[in-house]
Amino acid sequence: MDHKQCTVQLSVQPSRALVDEKFKVLVQKAPPGAQLTVRSHHHSEDKQDWEAFGHYICDSTGALNLSKDPSLGGTYEGVEPMGLLWSLRSVPGSKPGLRMRKKSIETPMEVTVSVYLGHLSEGFSEQRALAAVVVERWYMAPGVRRIPVTEHSLTATLFLPPGPGPFPAVLDLWGGGGNLVEYRASLLASNGFAAMALDYLTNELTKTTGKMVENDYFEAAFKFLEQHPQIVGSRIAMWGLSLGTTMTLKMAVYSNVMKLRCAVCYSGSHIQPVDGSVKDIMEYMHKKEENTRINENQEVIWRDLILPVPKDPALKVDMGRVQCPLLVVVGLDDQNSPSYESAMDMKEMMEEAGNSHLLTLLTYPNTGHLIEPPYTPHFRTTVFRSVKNTDLFMVLWGGETAAHSRAQEDAWRKTLMFLREHLCDRGNSAVTSTSNL
Amino acid sequence: MTSAAMDSIVAPLLSVAPTRALVDEMFTVRVENLPPCQHFTLHSLHLSEDNDYWEAFGHYTSNHKGTVVPQDYTKGGTYTGKEPMGLLWSLRPVPGSRKGLRLRKMNVCSPLLYTISVYSGHLVVGFRAQAPLASALAERWYMAPGVQRISIKEKAVRGTMFFPPGTEWPLPWTLGYYFGPGEMETTEMKSNYFETAFNIVKDHPRVISNKVGIVGLSLGATVAFYLATESKVVKPCCCVCINGHHFNPSGKHLFDLSYDSFKMHVRKLSAYWIDCFEYQESIIIIYLNFWQMGKINCPMLLVCGEDDQNVPAVEVADDIERMVRAAGKDRLLTRLNYPGAGHLIEVPYAPHFRVTAFMQAKEQKVMIVWGGQTKPHSDAQEDSWQKILDYLQLHLYSCPSLASKL
Repeated sequence: MDHKQCTVQLSVQPSRALVDEKFKVLVQKAPPGAQLTVRSHHHSEDKQDWEAFGHYICDSTGALNLSKDPSLGGTYEGVEPMGLLWSLRSVPGSKPGLRMRKKSIETPMEVTVSVYLGHLSEGFSEQRALAAVVVERWYMAPGVRRIPVTEHSLTATLFLPPGPGPFPAVLDLWGGGGNLVEYRASLLASNGFAAMALDYLTNELTKTTGKMVENDYFEAAFKFLEQHPQIVGSRIAMWGLSLGTTMTLKMAVYSNVMKLRCAVCYSGSHIQPVDGSVKDIMEYMHKKEENTRINENQEVIWRDLILPVPKDPALKVDMGRVQCPLLVVVGLDDQNSPSYESAMDMKEMMEEAGNSHLLTLLTYPNTGHLIEPPYTPHFRTTVFRSVKNTDLFMVLWGGETAAHSRAQEDAWRKTLMFLREHLCDRGNSAVTSTSNL
Repeated sequence: MTSAAMDSIVAPLLSVAPTRALVDEMFTVRVENLPPCQHFTLHSLHLSEDNDYWEAFGHYTSNHKGTVVPQDYTKGGTYTGKEPMGLLWSLRPVPGSRKGLRLRKMNVCSPLLYTISVYSGHLVVGFRAQAPLASALAERWYMAPGVQRISIKEKAVRGTMFFPPGTEWPLPWTLGYYFGPGEMETTEMKSNYFETAFNIVKDHPRVISNKVGIVGLSLGATVAFYLATESKVVKPCCCVCINGHHFNPSGKHLFDLSYDSFKMHVRKLSAYWIDCFEYQESIIIIYLNFWQMGKINCPMLLVCGEDDQNVPAVEVADDIERMVRAAGKDRLLTRLNYPGAGHLIEVPYAPHFRVTAFMQAKEQKVMIVWGGQTKPHSDAQEDSWQKILDYLQLHLYSCPSLASKL
């Protein structure tokens, strides 16, 4: 029995945290100057195994601090306090193209963090760790209330922060994969915003009638929030990603019902038949499927489908009519949506119309399409089925992991600041945006 | 339109970080988006497992940006000064509660829930009668994720073992004899009960058998004194003894401390047991010998609350030091004294109880004075905990020959 091995102390603090909170990983009492591997492991809801690891050398006191010491190799390099989370990837031998998304947000993601002697890259389960701890990562803070919404034929989930309110609110839309994705809305509620995740593609009404929703579906969602006793109706924002951005821009400009205080657009485009509904948008993209590219890895690239940016005003949202502050977030390696080209066109339209002071544009190099909450893993390609197709594709989303993860962290922080600035300000004066983020 | 929609001002933003923490971890409470330079009260509310409400509060003034943080200075409330954790350690039963309450979490698998709120103005009462401006919920856990809890019912021993997460191999262990007087049936408590319990731990496959230490509070510390000096069966690796006495009821059961025989000197509603020792020396001579502390062979940490009104902790510690020094073993003894701290030195940020109700063996309820003033007692809990953890780390994880006096 080698008792010396059991002297190693590992601490991760806090052991329970929200997904957007950082943690500190400390190793103490390891053999001085030893080569160590710090590894994280997660067994996901869909029974897949994920891991990340960094190679370190501890100091002469046997201590290691992941906030200060660099990883010399592994799934991440350099000084990366959160690398054990954002560089998580499926373990060798897993099926290709997996994606990790938390469905049940009322339970935490459990991650085991362990320390091993030596610089290991595989075979962790055959080795004995020097020490291990379990860490919980939560999408929901204590006291946040999760309320399924079915009024007005909506398929949605409302998350309310704890306390009496009233709260500003965010209407949260995801993209072409459909389903009711709750984790961003619950994180927003954990940050003090009421938030409603809205399913607009695989919602109950569409599933039972076979008909896609019209624009009044989104207006009904807005009205539901506006009339809620714990929500301030004049402080509602909309946040879309991918197809969600398409809908957000449409509603921000053309809806007479939706008076958005501000809007957030991730990885999306203003290109769409402006007089159409969701169905028309999907058909428009379907018609352009011949612009799909397949690369040498058999990965599907959809960014060219709706390029070039049309000149026809019937085919893109008139950005000159935007009346609220707008935050546009673009990954420059987005291989799924022409978000950069669209953003450039949007900016030009707004400059010509004289409302470009409302626009804040954040562009991130080497960052792909799926810009998700911070410290969650990056997916460059995954198996994907959009609601329109019954086929499975290996879709290229883009992005290089380290840069993409930095972008996720920065964009989340700046988006929360943007929302706080425009939704929580105490003044009654007309809102102007600041583009100096 | 609802009134909320007509009022376009949103609630202030109250955040607690981390929202989920271990009981010995700090948190930060922050309020933003308040009107600037106005009076506010930060309030914490806890509903105990016994269905009693506990609260703490501090009076603040928002700065020119409309922010309040508990690193700010508070001049009123259940705590004063710069006390970021005051909303926890100064918790006390709400007005109108039953007398002599004590807060103890019996189910450690679930967290303690605290509602942290901000109210307008400097309030001292009536918090539940008015709506706060904002609230958040904080969870405080006694168990880290992945810790395994296993009930032990073996050879008449009843206890619970907690295994740290992620480890299947043998580890050093701490055995906690942690109970107050009267919390078990004295007829069961023969000396070999504790030896049996110790051996259950020592012989467990996930325990390193020569690395089992003992932590004891009050009577638990007395058990530790007994085992460390008299037991031929167990050899603790080290002991941490908080506010224990070393009186040996020789010839009787280890805990056959018949309280009647002390002829308690009851002052109003409080029982000062400590007075028994001061004023009833003859009884002490008749009834009690002392464990011969010079016989210890393991390192021992004594934690003494200098305002302990239940056990003469300082006098006991002085006497133990004398005995240990006389035996030439003072290198084994370390002592921590805390002025203003009472008997119940618990984990950090736990509320302080100067007096609580206590059922005697014959169903007679008295109010027992444990002692301590809240602020120094809370400081003692915070300071001693880290020192106890460091002490256990040193003696249970290191080679014994390297163990040195802290």
